[in-house]
Amino acid sequence: MTIAPSASLFASRPRHAPLQARPCTSALMIADEPGIAALLSLAAVVPDLMPRSTMLICAADADAIRALRPARLVEIGSPAELPAALTALFADARMGLQVHIAGGEALINQALALVQAAGLPAGAIQTEHRGSPARRMQCVHCKTIAEGITTDPYDCPGCGRSLFVRDHFSRRLGAYQGVCVDAETPGILPEVQEIQA
Amino acid sequence: MTVRFNKETFRGDYSFRNSPAAIRRFPFPFDRDEYMYSVNMEPHRAAGPDDSVFQRRFDVDEHYLSEMEDRAITLAGDPGRCQSLPHMRLAGWDLLELIMTSKAEDYPDLFQLTRDRDRWRWVNRPMGIDDSFTFLDDTTLPFGPMEYITRQTQGDFAVLDHREGNLWMDAGMVTSQADWSLDFDIGMNFFEWHAPVPRAAEMGIFQRALKFLLNVRQDSPARRLNWTMTVNPRLDTSPETYPEWGPEKRSLTVKNVGAKQFLRVELQSFWRLPRSNALAFPIRCYLCALEDIATVPKWGRRLHRVLRDLPEDLATYKGFAVNRPLIVEYLSQCDDGKPTSPGIYPD
Repeated sequence: MTIAPSASLFASRPRHAPLQARPCTSALMIADEPGIAALLSLAAVVPDLMPRSTMLICAADADAIRALRPARLVEIGSPAELPAALTALFADARMGLQVHIAGGEALINQALALVQAAGLPAGAIQTEHRGSPARRMQCVHCKTIAEGITTDPYDCPGCGRSLFVRDHFSRRLGAYQGVCVDAETPGILPEVQEIQA
Repeated sequence: MTVRFNKETFRGDYSFRNSPAAIRRFPFPFDRDEYMYSVNMEPHRAAGPDDSVFQRRFDVDEHYLSEMEDRAITLAGDPGRCQSLPHMRLAGWDLLELIMTSKAEDYPDLFQLTRDRDRWRWVNRPMGIDDSFTFLDDTTLPFGPMEYITRQTQGDFAVLDHREGNLWMDAGMVTSQADWSLDFDIGMNFFEWHAPVPRAAEMGIFQRALKFLLNVRQDSPARRLNWTMTVNPRLDTSPETYPEWGPEKRSLTVKNVGAKQFLRVELQSFWRLPRSNALAFPIRCYLCALEDIATVPKWGRRLHRVLRDLPEDLATYKGFAVNRPLIVEYLSQCDDGKPTSPGIYPD
């Protein structure tokens, strides 16, 4: 398959298209609360994929997913449990696995970094953004990761500097880059804005 | 060729200076009176006057020892400026071999390499180094191979893995960068690490450049010049240290702009490495104060026209939009309206 050249390819920022079914031996679907709706949409299109799917859900209520009758359902209580859960699931994974990730940016970025670190090729991973546009940020100065950032600029919990959100994203870190907003004119800060999805 | 090495600093008191000879050989990046992005690649082979920076594969100039001292200072404060993902070890040895063999051939009075199969002896006279080691055996060097040789070679180095029809920034030594972070960009592919560059993607620049770079073959290195503007002769303009050098950008005045504002030129070259098939990407930084550029009439005229007419988004990306009025006003004194000759060299 050739990908038509377009400007949107040239961004480090992830572009989240609606999830699609692709040929696979099995699928791993990862979602948080808002991301469940994306999995339901996918299931409506390809119900026969569900018996070959493992669902990894980080949400208070996974009944809607259970109703899809997936091959396996793993529920976790918080994003902190994601690395261990994925490690366990990948131990049983086989060739031809497709991964679908749906939810907020924080979940997508964390899961994406873990899935890639496990060695899955980019062509086997899809993401769909749902819910809050909150971002995972890395301070370029003190390297502190801040989760769930919704404003630009934001205050770094590590060094306290006011950081602007550079539109530059690292899949390895699963984070955007935060850069001191008043380095040239200390103390002069721009108006705080809500981050748009 | 005998090089006299300057004792100078790139921070603090900024005692960096270019000699008249260094000014004449400065790689002025504009071959015409205007600038726009292009895939400005050419073969990396000897070109220009006898002492041109293009005469040798890895140019060694009067700033060599001071630049290596500055690198050591930066690394001591932030070891993350030199990183190599585990699969890039072999590429590091490739790079070491390329630099050692090139420098020993191009500067036999400064560097010597003696090889007896895998038993190598490397002598770097300017830095007072005389080391024997076993090629491809990491335990016989005080650093990893990439770090070892790039602590002795001017310019930043990115080492790019070649896979999936793309280039991946998987190793590097980066202490004299124009505001990008190796620590953040490591592991990114060619399109990802260029994402903050305005306009060029829409122009198709990156696709064409990547296509060119994927086809660079052994023994046929390529090069291009890139440029930006830096206040004070500072090598370490990293995002990490932006709070240190950011305020200096606002210290320009009508009186000091000629001495404090520098044109920063990157001589970028591209080398296919034989064992790893990786691509070595040295980014060599040359700095020249506006008042020194003005001593070459053609350059003064041309730089005025280029910076005056540059689109605003490029000036913003290159980080000097805020100082452009001062810079253009200063350079206008150098521009008598006469035509300029084609090409980058002084008349």
